Parts: sequence; structure tokens; C-alpha cells
Amino acid sequence: MATIFVPTPLRKVTGGEGKIRIRAATVQQAIDSANAVYPGFRERVLDGDGEIKRFINVFVNGVDVRKLQGRATPVRENDEVAVIPAMAGGN
Amino acid sequence: MLGFTNDQIYRYSRHIILPDVGGAGQKKLLRAKVLLVGAGGLGSPSAMYLAAAGVGTLGIVEFDRVDLSNLQRQLLHRTQDVGRLKIDSAQDTLNALNPDVKVVKHQVVLDSTNIMEIIKDYDIVVNGTDNFPTRYLVNDACVFAGKPLVDGSIFMFEGQATVYDAAHGGPCYRCLFPTPPPPGEVPSCQEAGVLGVLPGIIGSIQAIETIKLILGKGDSLKGRLLLFDALAMEFREMRVEKDPHCPVCGEDPTITELIDYEQFCGVAFPEKPATAQDAEMVPA
Ligand SMILES: [Zn+2]
Repeated sequence: MATIFVPTPLRKVTGGEGKIRIRAATVQQAIDSANAVYPGFRERVLDGDGEIKRFINVFVNGVDVRKLQGRATPVRENDEVAVIPAMAGGN
Repeated sequence: MLGFTNDQIYRYSRHIILPDVGGAGQKKLLRAKVLLVGAGGLGSPSAMYLAAAGVGTLGIVEFDRVDLSNLQRQLLHRTQDVGRLKIDSAQDTLNALNPDVKVVKHQVVLDSTNIMEIIKDYDIVVNGTDNFPTRYLVNDACVFAGKPLVDGSIFMFEGQATVYDAAHGGPCYRCLFPTPPPPGEVPSCQEAGVLGVLPGIIGSIQAIETIKLILGKGDSLKGRLLLFDALAMEFREMRVEKDPHCPVCGEDPTITELIDYEQFCGVAFPEKPATAQDAEMVPA
């Protein structure tokens, strides 16, 4: 099992869950697995063409998947997939 | 000793005896000029720690007035300050803390016509703003002016911090997030609330990073995005790199001047400064 870390701005779709345990071999499968449990998750992360939205960065163990193999980046046992949007608050 | 007064030697003694600061480092702090964008949640702890540390010039950009609902987290302001301009309240607090600090007040709404003139006199910019349009404006201005930007943001129980420094090999905000999210995709603080202590953590991290940059010591957060989850009490670190295709700091930039970000983001410009918070993105 791997874990998806979901920051607060995206937790509306996961019912407040910050960590989702999933079985997945790739980032794409991780997103699909999360979507099976929390419908709507995929649309928050991927755009209409199925690409990662430009205001969201996906990391596997702290490394941006755009520097790896994108959505095909392998996910291994105990890896953490983090889905990080920009946050604006400061006040 | 290096032109300190006796009071200064005593006031800064815990710095002066630190090997990585010393008298020379304290002099650097006293000579440094730091601009704080916002005197709210993040700006309060960063301004107070930077003032206490003896950072000689602190500019503050803030147009808002103190509201009772600010006091749950914005430690620069007190109950008796409700209704006052935040920059006035901030100046009083900072000078009461340390009269060595020169507070420069910029009571403006930052926009593409004034930001370059404001930031040009400062060494470092500390971001404590609360909306996407200003974040993109401040980022692009710092890229154009070659200034390091010590960034922080907060939401509910969670915070982010990093150092953007495109002029010195680091990424900028647009390397990570080339365009703002469309309205509704990412909610903001005003809609969801924020734990009052949270900006204390993130703003203090911004103060530490600012001091390290002034001293030239340690490893900065340049190239690392630090995430803090207060509910889980977890810190995470993401590696972030300069994007050669970045629209503003990349090899072939498409953004070469400051944009009217309010229109760019599809958000109405505030009618009067006091209601600027209302210009935040609305939730889906
Ligand atoms: Zn960039």
C-alpha cells in the first residue's frame, strides 16, 4: 500500500481525509484508486485532457513527477504521493 | 565594538555570542532592509521577530485597518487598535519592541504601477499577502528586480513556506504554479477560517529564513517547499526546481512585464481598500 497525502484545500472531496491508503503501481493508478473511493478526486487533480492541472504539483516521496515520468511515475510500497496546490492565505 | 552602543551590545548579546552571528552578523542585520507585504497573520510574527533581531529597516505594505476578528492571530495589533490603520499599529508595536528599527510605512494596495518603486529599496521581500493576484504580482516583481522572496501561506490548519530566488538559481512561484487556479478551485482563508497559532509557525519560519539570507548562513528553503500540517503535527518537504520553461524566469519568458492580475484572475478589483478581502476567490 502507498499513501496519498491530500492537503487541506483539496480535502472537501475526501470528506476531510488527509491521508488515503491506496494500491497503485503508478501515479495515474493512485489518482484512479483515490477517485474510486472519493468520486470527484480525479477532476480536482487532472484537467479535461487527463493531465495534471498546472496549479497543482504531484510529488512522489518529495520529487515532482514532472521531473520523473509524469503520471506514469512508478509508485512503490510505502511511497507517499503528495498532491499540492498553491495556497493563497496569509492573513 | 564595531560601533555598537552599550545598550545594543547588551540587547543583542545572545546573537553576538552565537558563532554564526557575532558582532559582524548583528551589524548585517542592523544594516538590512526587509519589506513585509502585509501586516496580518504572517506579517505579525515575521515583523516582530525581525524587529527584535535588530533588522534595521522594516518596510510594511498594508492598506487595511485593524478589525476585532484579526486579533485571534495578528499579534502586531491590540484591542485598543481596532479601527486604526494596521501600519500605524504595527509601527507602534515594532518601535516599542525595538527603537533601533526604522519602520517605513507603505499604505497602498500593491499594483503593477507602484510595486517596482516600492521594492527597489529593499534587500529581501517577505510575502504575507492573502490572495492569488498579489502573490503573482509580488513574485513577478521580485523576479524582475532580482530580489529574494521569502514566501509563506496558510489555510485552516496547514501552511507552506519556501524561498523563491530566481536571480540566484532558485525557482520562482510560477516555476511551481505557472498560472493561478480558476476561481473556486482552491478556497481561501476567509471562507474556511484559520487556526490562530498557525501563522505564528509559518511567519516565524519566514523570519528565520530572512535572517539566514541576511547573514549568508545555513541552507535556505530555496529549492524546497516546506509543508506544515498542524492537525497531524507533521512537516513535509518537497523538492522544487527552477523550470527552464517558466513563463517569467525561464529561458524564453512570455511574461516580461507586470500584468493586471485582478482581471487576469477574473476577480473584481475591490471598490475600497477595506473590503479587499472580498476580492478573494469564491468557493465552488
Ligand atoms: Zn520561474
